[in-house]
Amino acid sequence: MSDGDVVRDASQEAGEAASSSRRYFLIQATSAVGAVGAVGAAWPFVMYWTPSAKARALGAPVRVDVSKLAPGEMLSPIVAWRGKPIFIVARDKATIDALKVDTAELADPDSVNPEQQPDFAANAWRSERPEIGVYLGICTHLGCSPKHVVSNNFEDTGQGGFFCPCHGSKFDLAGRVVKGVPAPDNLEVPPYRFESDSVIIIG
Amino acid sequence: MEKTKPQESQSGTGLMNWIDARFPATETIEYHASKYYAPKNVNFWYYFGWLSMIVLIMQLLSGLWLTMNYVPSGAGAFASVEYIMRDVEYGWLIRYLHSTGASFFFIVVYAHMYRALAYGSYRGPRELLWLIGMAIFIALMAEGFLGYLLPWGNMSYWGAQVIVSLFGAIPVIGPDLMEWIRGDFLMSETTLNRFFALHVIALPLVLVMLVFVHIVALHHVGSNNPDGIEIKKNKDENGVPLDGIAFHPYITIHDIHATVVFLFIFCAVVFFAPEMGGYFLEKPNFEMADPLKTPDHIAPVWYYTPFYAMLRAATYPFLGLPAKFWGFVVMVGAIVIPAVLPWLDRSPVKSIRYKGRLSKAMLTMFVISFFILGYLGTQAPSKAGTIAAQICTAIYFAYFVLMPWYTRVEQTKPEPERVTG
Ligand code: HEM
Ligand code: FES
Repeated sequence: MSDGDVVRDASQEAGEAASSSRRYFLIQATSAVGAVGAVGAAWPFVMYWTPSAKARALGAPVRVDVSKLAPGEMLSPIVAWRGKPIFIVARDKATIDALKVDTAELADPDSVNPEQQPDFAANAWRSERPEIGVYLGICTHLGCSPKHVVSNNFEDTGQGGFFCPCHGSKFDLAGRVVKGVPAPDNLEVPPYRFESDSVIIIG
Repeated sequence: MEKTKPQESQSGTGLMNWIDARFPATETIEYHASKYYAPKNVNFWYYFGWLSMIVLIMQLLSGLWLTMNYVPSGAGAFASVEYIMRDVEYGWLIRYLHSTGASFFFIVVYAHMYRALAYGSYRGPRELLWLIGMAIFIALMAEGFLGYLLPWGNMSYWGAQVIVSLFGAIPVIGPDLMEWIRGDFLMSETTLNRFFALHVIALPLVLVMLVFVHIVALHHVGSNNPDGIEIKKNKDENGVPLDGIAFHPYITIHDIHATVVFLFIFCAVVFFAPEMGGYFLEKPNFEMADPLKTPDHIAPVWYYTPFYAMLRAATYPFLGLPAKFWGFVVMVGAIVIPAVLPWLDRSPVKSIRYKGRLSKAMLTMFVISFFILGYLGTQAPSKAGTIAAQICTAIYFAYFVLMPWYTRVEQTKPEPERVTG
């Protein structure tokens, strides 16, 4: 059988044209239905990766006793809330005053970005009470945990603060990020409240 | 020609004939080995494809063995690796083979890729071969990254935290995507378990399949060579390239020789310097993962450091997006940009031997900046380091972006008709 021998007439060609457009339609329709099916089938596989019910349930608040925390110190060992490190620092009067003044080097000294703290902490100390600061110890760059640096001449702020070893981001003692470092935002302030003068509830 | 039955006259035994009637055994061996003609002038740089395959096999084998004693759980992972190192018979050897193998994999693959850059192996008709190679490279990087979390050391933990956080820099979907990758609100056992599944099953399968199609594509178009000319242009009356030699036995004998030398060096490292001064196995990883404490200095394993340095080189926000987003873009861009090389190179010649001064200078600067970036990526961040990384990043990208220009304007040498030496 070879194609060259076939004699074609007009009606045959018209029939072929019709059937090829019909075939085209069928292929398109089948592909569309198949694509919907493929997405549907992929859905459970994709959702399987999202945090499970158990992971979502692990957000219980934690109680922290801060009565023994002296000014200039950070609570140690570091407490965890939802598995993440929480930095709790005590500040003396001089530091508190300095936080209001030494703002030239800071990217967001007035806590304008509302995502980084609850409303009650949108102030120069980024805390409910000036003497105690509570911050999520996760660098806003790529998530390392910064170090608490006490030295009085901590480079840009003069007050001590937090230094992230990963890519060199710096934050002051109120968790405010210094300009020109990789981290774009201030450290996050978790939701918390004082149960009494010595106990904080985080979460 | 009827081809339904194998020819009796072939050297095959009765068994071989029986098989050949049911499976294209002899045909395949001939097509891929004894009648596959490789250029006779292939040199040192052509060992690395074969060596990549040797390392791949070693990784599959040592990895499979490690899996027999490794426990993928938050509480058990770190301890199980210690157990393998201390109590399992030859466990230390299997582990060092695997960890050293990972570094050697990248050494041979980087050399393999450099060869393609130097001799223009990415150019037509090998574009698809090159793209498959790029897919292998990306899969390999992913495989190494996933495996690095498994010992659940503190460096594993925070290294993975940083890389996963990169996805958080993508506008809009970033934070959700990050959570989706981790399966949790922070790096946790859930993350460890899925990384284990991907490292042990998904990516090895992908790699093996990609290597298979890599070879199929290679044997379809034929190897390039240091002169960058097509040996298929000059054939004898039987259709055999005049400058070709049968892969088996003429190339295989050299490859076996290279394998012996390679294994000698490899074993020297495994036995005498498996940690390689902290470059192959990093010190902080001898401490268990601590979600509350980042090591004092974190750096990825050496084979990622050039890209890591480029990530850190992006320090300015731009178009209202933070610097970390641009760092992500630069890093991903640096990894994938070689894929478009076949369409960037406009030179009338393929090999660096016949390209002009500009191409030679650009390739040299590219390689040097890649090494400098690799070094900078291992170091703690500093002002001077960042500036150096920015310059090197610019050179890295200039090699690609300016290629359409410098390959066209420069004076090239004429390619020879037949391969040389
Ligand atoms: C598991 C990793 C890999 C394996 C096992 C592998 C294997 C091989 C082998 C056996 C050859 C022939 C021998 C040789 O030319 O060295 C080859 C050629 C080649 N490979 Fe790969 N390869 C791998 C990764 C890559 C990567 C990452 C790239 C590039 C992105 C790449 C690009 C090429 C090219 C362009 C050739 C042809 C070179 C020429 O003919 O000049 N390969 N590969
Ligand atoms: S993670 Fe802190 S500076 Fe990058």
